Amino acid sequence: MKRQQWLGATGISLMCLLLIVALVIHLSIGTKVISISDILHSFYTYNEDNFDHLIIQELRLPRAMIAICVGACLAVAGALMQGVTRNPLSDPSLLGMMTGGALAVVYWSTFVTNASLIWLPVVAAVGALISASIVWNIAARTHGGITPLSLILSGAAFTAFSGALLAIHHLLDEQTFEEMRTWLVGSLLASNIETLYWCIPWIVVGLIGAIVLAPSVTALSMGEEIATGLGINIRRRKWQLLMCIVILTSAAIALAGPLGFIGLVIPHVVRFIVGADYRWIIPYSILLGAVYLLSIDSLARWLIQPQEIATGLITILMGAPLFIWLVKVKVR
Amino acid sequence: MKNFVPIALKLTNLDTNNKTPKRMTINKKISHSTLTAKNLVVGYTTPVVKGIDLEIQPGKMNILIGSNGCGKSTLLKCLARVLIPISGEVLLNDQNIHSQPAKQVAKIMALLPQGPIAPEGLSVKELVAQGRYPHQSFLKQWSIEDEAAVMQAMQQANITELADSAIAELSGGQRQRCWIAMVLAQQTDIILLDEPTTYLDLKVQVDLLELLTEMAHQHQRTLVIVLHELNIAAAYADHLIMMKEGKIYAQGTAQDVFNAENIASVFGLNAKVITDLESNTLICIPIKKRGHKESL
Repeated sequence: MKRQQWLGATGISLMCLLLIVALVIHLSIGTKVISISDILHSFYTYNEDNFDHLIIQELRLPRAMIAICVGACLAVAGALMQGVTRNPLSDPSLLGMMTGGALAVVYWSTFVTNASLIWLPVVAAVGALISASIVWNIAARTHGGITPLSLILSGAAFTAFSGALLAIHHLLDEQTFEEMRTWLVGSLLASNIETLYWCIPWIVVGLIGAIVLAPSVTALSMGEEIATGLGINIRRRKWQLLMCIVILTSAAIALAGPLGFIGLVIPHVVRFIVGADYRWIIPYSILLGAVYLLSIDSLARWLIQPQEIATGLITILMGAPLFIWLVKVKVR
Repeated sequence: MKNFVPIALKLTNLDTNNKTPKRMTINKKISHSTLTAKNLVVGYTTPVVKGIDLEIQPGKMNILIGSNGCGKSTLLKCLARVLIPISGEVLLNDQNIHSQPAKQVAKIMALLPQGPIAPEGLSVKELVAQGRYPHQSFLKQWSIEDEAAVMQAMQQANITELADSAIAELSGGQRQRCWIAMVLAQQTDIILLDEPTTYLDLKVQVDLLELLTEMAHQHQRTLVIVLHELNIAAAYADHLIMMKEGKIYAQGTAQDVFNAENIASVFGLNAKVITDLESNTLICIPIKKRGHKESL
């Protein structure tokens, strides 16, 4: 165990280093490439009149911070989801939160006159919360109560239903969709630092909760009877874990829209590196999720500059081949 | 902790070269925790266990047998608080088990359910280490006691050399040893096991029960085991509990209750019971409908 702890800690420091590298790259590239020394200067000797310093501190750093938070939130929510449901295909969108959030935003911008973009994150988060509680209630009313199966099935039904509503709306009202287009595939373009400020407390609560509850997720992933035998109050613990998932996912949706795939792929990559113990999976997911979204967002801004591709699309375009490669390597 | 009773044994050293007598202190763990069921009714939609009063014998091999669907697994699950009783109660150390903190209970009683799932990518040692969960907290992650308990459990279950292998690569018997090591690492007075030997070779079944018997007789743990194999049950039980249709039909030593009438009544099986003179164990032999004699 000592050796494993040592290895795990080394890995964590390596990941932190990787995060710093990804952050520097993210800050430096863009329409105007800014050198590392200028980036450092903008932190230590900030000069309001220096245009580069302004770009870094006012534009790129907030965006990088949001990418880090969203990546970490989604990866951890996905890891928890896969552990609790014991289903490797689970991700936060399975609770219907992604389409639910999107649906809320679309309805809100259609029916509310003078819909201001400032409220968009709030609406998205509330929509995601409502969807999660609907799915939850459907699952709780089934015969066996909240089980992995009932959650997945009611989540799938709700996702399909809200997806259909979204499609109907799309056909009837192209105007709104034109405006919401980028947001709906997930993007960090429109996110602003204000949203991050009021998301941060929730994100911190969610991540700390995930780290504290991680050992019991490992026990839960061995089946509910084993977990009971080890002294875990199943009902209460599942409720706490689902609260963490809902908080983290809502925060991510508020910040970046329905950004798919990170919650599904990153936990698998992490498991590939550290094995099946959630004591390690959670901290690694935080770091790898952040590194992944930072790099993806750098790509999104760099590929067709001076324009940029919606980050949500690159996540999937890069994520899918990665996932296929993993399946090829892992599943024999 | 009231569960640990240190017994100081003074041993006089007989070695004449050493003049001063050595004093040895052995901390021997004696099972004092009691597990009782009071008028227990358990079920899913209809009761499966229909009013059971049962006292588990401390420090003994308590083995539950009965035909399929008689409620023996349901009873075990309720004793392990996986299922909540419809009425009646389970008492652990004379207190309702469901009103005690889950983690506290897990320090006294461990459970190995039927067909547990090993998460992909977990090594043997990591799996056994999960048994330390109730002894840990967020601030007290991995202590020297944890390490010692895991090493000891792996030694007892004879899987030390498998420590770094992945669970998925092991044979059924080895895998079951790992799970047993996990519940041993939990260091509880009471261990509940639900059909730990199903689908295993006879040799492996015997090995496992030898291990469990050693736990009961040498280490004073209380074992409650649901078994399918009648002869194995009769050979290893200190206290045999026969269940029929959700009730206890008979209980006692194998000598007292393992007989042809009870087997016929509990299992509907026409069999005779003989005693192997060498080992003094009872063996149940089903009587074939068309025996040898007729065909001769």
